[in-house]
Amino acid sequence: MDRPFGMLAELTYACPLHCPYCSNPLNLADYKDELDTEEWQRVLSEARALGVLQLHLSGGEPLQRRDLVEIVACARELGFYTNLITSALGLSRRRAEELKSAGLDHVQISIQADEQSLSDRIAGTPSYERNIAAARMVKEMDWPLTMNVVIHRHNIDRMGRILDLAERLGADRIELANTQYYGWARRNRAALLPTRAQLDRAEEVVREARERLRDVMEIIYVIPDYYSKYPKPCMGGWGKNQLTVTPNGNVLPCPAAHTLELPRATVRESSLASIWAESPLFNRFRGTDWMPDPCRSCDRREVDFGGCRCQAFQLTGDAARTDPVCHLSPDHEIVAEVVRTANQEENRDEDELVPRVMTVRGSNLPTADISENERSMS
Amino acid sequence: MSITVQATNRPRLARLVRLEWDNVRESHVLLAPEGVLVLNRTGATILRLCDGERTVEEIVEELRTKYDRVSGDEVGDFIGKLAARRWVVLGDG
Repeated sequence: MDRPFGMLAELTYACPLHCPYCSNPLNLADYKDELDTEEWQRVLSEARALGVLQLHLSGGEPLQRRDLVEIVACARELGFYTNLITSALGLSRRRAEELKSAGLDHVQISIQADEQSLSDRIAGTPSYERNIAAARMVKEMDWPLTMNVVIHRHNIDRMGRILDLAERLGADRIELANTQYYGWARRNRAALLPTRAQLDRAEEVVREARERLRDVMEIIYVIPDYYSKYPKPCMGGWGKNQLTVTPNGNVLPCPAAHTLELPRATVRESSLASIWAESPLFNRFRGTDWMPDPCRSCDRREVDFGGCRCQAFQLTGDAARTDPVCHLSPDHEIVAEVVRTANQEENRDEDELVPRVMTVRGSNLPTADISENERSMS
Repeated sequence: MSITVQATNRPRLARLVRLEWDNVRESHVLLAPEGVLVLNRTGATILRLCDGERTVEEIVEELRTKYDRVSGDEVGDFIGKLAARRWVVLGDG
């Protein structure tokens, strides 16, 4: 069996932002009972023994955890490469210095756009000025910096200016990833999915910038998989390289896998090693034996691993089907229809973005109209 | 993808990567923001010599004192591939 290389530690789902493309679970109330410092330290130690080398500290907003510095220090002592994925809200100079001395290797700061009004509107809270100040501070402290920008219909036409901003800030890397339609983002899919013309223009801008900035900044650009011919090789294979631990200690093969109808696995009941090796959750889609056709007989079965299980479940109701994004999938029409609609002129700019509501109990909880399983709606 | 490496380049590890020993895999590993490279013994030796002081030519000479068959082209190609990923910086000659 493969050993995992990377672990996404979702320390908390608490977050000051209200991004309409949030991919965290809808039922945040289920995650309130967060792992404490000691539990995380134990999880980190088990993860290192299992072979994990990269630790991505994320959320929600990981800075909302008061013990973040302790968690980073423990991770570095164990030998992890530590990566903080943050909105930078709450990253004071003092906190940044503490994190640096604890050994934090790399900081990824997300912004929503290249200018204040749009960025703040998308984030649902004034955050742009503080993001930029934090990015400057990270560079002043001589820390490697990645800028993260989630791309969608409302900011994709500003790609050139977003790249200019990252260059001005001295970012070492920029990740421009189109929205993935999980969690809250699924609700806003119609308002977020760009048109083909927008994608073509953006691709040209990225190509030119990659050439021009070749020695300055690494540019990672991810198109929406709805427009791909083949599906994304989700997590590089189910239970192959990566795992995720949620704020309450659930262990998942990918951050969206909580949506699947598989038995839960938690570090509060089992060791990380036994979950990785033995749990039905990790074994269900491991390897290629589970695959139906067209994947089973496809030359690409070990290239894209049948695509995303969570997307197959979300769109068809059956997690074991070929990802409908693939043009060979018998369910591809579901995706083709969404793409056609996004490209119809009359639908442009009609759809409003619905900001993420962070209320964990009460009337703001989503109802059946944003069910994560579309087939159940019909 | 690879970048052509000159014998006079003085390569060094990029700021955002770390060379570590992984006692689980019993191998040296190069750790970067979005990737891990598990190194064989030769790869690890080459990267330990990439200190920004030695030229590629000097690295190859030093390897020849340790290993029987050392191809200068292969060393250059290894460094060039990592340079293309921005994990190694090719200092000026």
